Amino acid sequence: MKFDTVIIGGGLAGLVAGISLQKEGRNTAIISTGQNALHFFSGSFESIGKPSDRLVTLFAEAGIPLHYKEGVRLMPLGTFRPSALALEDIDIFPEPRFAGKVLVVNFMGYHDFFAPFLAEGLEKQGIECRVRLLNLPELEALQLSQSGMRSSQMARILDPIWEKVVQEVRLILRDEDCVVLPQVFGMYDPSVPGLIREELPVRVAFAGTLPPSVPGMRTQQLLGRRFEKLGGRLLKGDNVLNARIDGNRVLSVGTKNLDRHQIQARNFILASGGYFSKGLKSNPFGIYEPVLGLDVEFDSDRNAWYDASFAADQPYMSYGVRTDAQLHAIRQGVTLENFYAIGSVLGATHPELGFGGGLAIRSAFTAVDSILQSASEL
Amino acid sequence: MNPREFDVIIIGGGITGAGTQRDCALRGLRTLLIDRSDIATGATGRNHGLLHSGARYAVNDPESAEECIRENKILRRIASHCIDRTDGLFITLPEDDLDYQKNFVEACNRAGIAASIIDPQEAKRLEPSVNPDLIGAVRVPDCSVDPFRLCAANMLDAKLHGAQVRLHTEVVGLVKEGDRIKGVRTRSRMGGAEQTFYASVVVNAAGIWGQEIVRMAGAQIGMFPAKGALLIFSHRVNNMVINRCRKPSNADILVPGDTVCIIGTTSSRIPLEECENVAVTPDEVNLLITEGSKLAPSLSSTRILRAYAGVRPLVSADDDPSGRNITRGIVCLDHEERDGIKGFITITGGKLTSYRLMAEMATDLVCRKLGVKKNCQTAIRPLPGSGEGSYEDVAKKIWETPSTAQKAAVARMGSRAFRMRSSDRFDEALICKCEEVSVGEINAAIERMDASTLTDLRRRTRIGMGPCQGEFCACRAAGLLAKSHGCIDRERDDLAAFLQERWKGNFPIGWGDTLREAEYTQWVYKHVLGL
Repeated sequence: MKFDTVIIGGGLAGLVAGISLQKEGRNTAIISTGQNALHFFSGSFESIGKPSDRLVTLFAEAGIPLHYKEGVRLMPLGTFRPSALALEDIDIFPEPRFAGKVLVVNFMGYHDFFAPFLAEGLEKQGIECRVRLLNLPELEALQLSQSGMRSSQMARILDPIWEKVVQEVRLILRDEDCVVLPQVFGMYDPSVPGLIREELPVRVAFAGTLPPSVPGMRTQQLLGRRFEKLGGRLLKGDNVLNARIDGNRVLSVGTKNLDRHQIQARNFILASGGYFSKGLKSNPFGIYEPVLGLDVEFDSDRNAWYDASFAADQPYMSYGVRTDAQLHAIRQGVTLENFYAIGSVLGATHPELGFGGGLAIRSAFTAVDSILQSASEL
Repeated sequence: MNPREFDVIIIGGGITGAGTQRDCALRGLRTLLIDRSDIATGATGRNHGLLHSGARYAVNDPESAEECIRENKILRRIASHCIDRTDGLFITLPEDDLDYQKNFVEACNRAGIAASIIDPQEAKRLEPSVNPDLIGAVRVPDCSVDPFRLCAANMLDAKLHGAQVRLHTEVVGLVKEGDRIKGVRTRSRMGGAEQTFYASVVVNAAGIWGQEIVRMAGAQIGMFPAKGALLIFSHRVNNMVINRCRKPSNADILVPGDTVCIIGTTSSRIPLEECENVAVTPDEVNLLITEGSKLAPSLSSTRILRAYAGVRPLVSADDDPSGRNITRGIVCLDHEERDGIKGFITITGGKLTSYRLMAEMATDLVCRKLGVKKNCQTAIRPLPGSGEGSYEDVAKKIWETPSTAQKAAVARMGSRAFRMRSSDRFDEALICKCEEVSVGEINAAIERMDASTLTDLRRRTRIGMGPCQGEFCACRAAGLLAKSHGCIDRERDDLAAFLQERWKGNFPIGWGDTLREAEYTQWVYKHVLGL
């Protein structure tokens, strides 16, 4: 198999890079283990300011409308965080006091959504709050299954019956001017959150749940679909095990599923994520990048990896693969001219590129631009 | 009757205090137990969870060995749901002296411990995780014990016999009139309310912190805080306790416990000031892994869940002029005889295995002081939840076809799990998937076992003790706690404190999967949940 570019990792950074390259007619493959940080995506791109048209268009074409507004968003434990760019169904309020009276709705037996915490947080802002539980017979099987009431399972059942949810909410709605619901809609049918908004007579806000994040999984699906629609090859459930390197160029990579066949490409992008996605691994002696053994910056004294306070910024989260300014990865001191590193494998918090979704997108564009540039020079 | 007056006030909610309270309550005394934190927060909850057969002490301390095997046999009967009858191996490795084995077995048999030499091949068959290079093995009746469960069961039985418990309540002073201690002044650590309670006898069972209580009474006691560091591995590598057959040393005991196993311990003297916040050092972690892997080589590639350290309350013999130490290890001080202070005793030293005997000694002394003539019953009366067959049998008596979570609940609560049987189907939803803890079990711990924080719940139900280290169950359980006490702000702080407590045990071993979970937890709480 031969591609123009092979991307290792199918999270936000890998998908954005893949779509961008495929849009430019570059024959691209994404090799994805299936586990990435979109699994716990909050829906807000915290470290991006005003987004470029390029970014907004890319998401819009994938069926993911974004909105930009400076303000705050309501966090699941009842606190507020600054937010500017987010998925359209993640509400951004100009200030924490966004309503007069709020009805917080949860579903009976669902413990991954924290209605009382939300209510208390809102009350602190002077917003009157009422919490009500809905008991839908359709959820009974989940309630009895002990471990079944997780956001993704809820969405599976609730998406097809969203109209019924709207009816039930209408019945308990009194004089509130806003309803807060858990983010358990729109995984199988992305239009559901918007439809719920239209059908309820008051403002509707969706607040986060414990992972898996339904907006995150939806984003992954839609970006993946868009990439494939553009002609990209998405190799799901596979794992890159090794690479052939000649001097400062990577020639091919070998994966678990393809046995001994190597996948060749002119360019490679490593978007394998941080520790959670196993793009970075660690042992008592160091932090390492498992696919190519790229150079990783970290403190050689293990005691310096951590801050004893859980709430503090953790030094280990800033460790990542070393690159040059165009994000060419460095291996044993040699800058690889056709191998880039993007996203959290650079370190979850990056001094220039930000963190989380912001880091993923910004670094993806940087690497893509470098690939397109270098090709035009040939 | 004045609700603030008791026959006995016990300071300290460790196993010694809980055991003493149970013994006192069974002898008809009105008791109050006070702890500044939760049950089993000191040395009780910070050890291997080994119910010694006594074999470890047989060669050097035959008295302790005899004491251990007697108590071991008693606890198997009265606390069956807290004890896992694993048996233990004492293995000889090529670098050890095989001649020690003969002495060891003879010493065990003299102490009444059934120790038998078995063929190394047989040892490997019995315990596949054992170091295959072993050249000798002795089988002994060691067991593993859940100290939290044991402590909670003692306290529960005391309460069933009219005792009162006040947790998260600090003793700020003693009420002293002339040469007599008449009570304790306390301050709640949840709300700050100050209250005074009175009793004819005050029992100091505060472990290493007992030194301060003695000082409040106007006397002195010299303690040698001895720190021991341990590591918890993420699964149960071994099914039998594995020890080294040699002179006791560092990191030479590996104990299986529930879903995990524990290697320990190191031993080092520390200053008293450091007891509040003992940290595990990288050197200790390295030593534990290296030595542990000699017992079971697979430990070197098994994920470590947590590092922790405890402080044993060893009392200096030099400072004990009374010479009335009944056995070595256990120290029961009558401060009237020792210091001329009436109505005050200290019970300390000893071991988890000998807690019941310590409680009996303390209660005998209390009864002498009060002129009460009642015999100790704790050696024969089972603890609540104990003594009704295997956990599977008990589960089947409660539920016709118990789920694995219901069986797990019985393993934790014994036959008292029947109280969880409820008509509310929502009670069966799982809060903690790693340890299979249901809504019903959490609510039972909140309502009936004095749990008021997430860490309290962890000690009673094992939530947050599994591989995810409380990532999600903490949040779900926080919802249930908030519902019970009605204060969201307090619960948000509690959640932050719980995560901090977990991190404290995680970062000394922060690599591999532990670091991966830690990163995940950081992201989820900071960026997704907004704590």
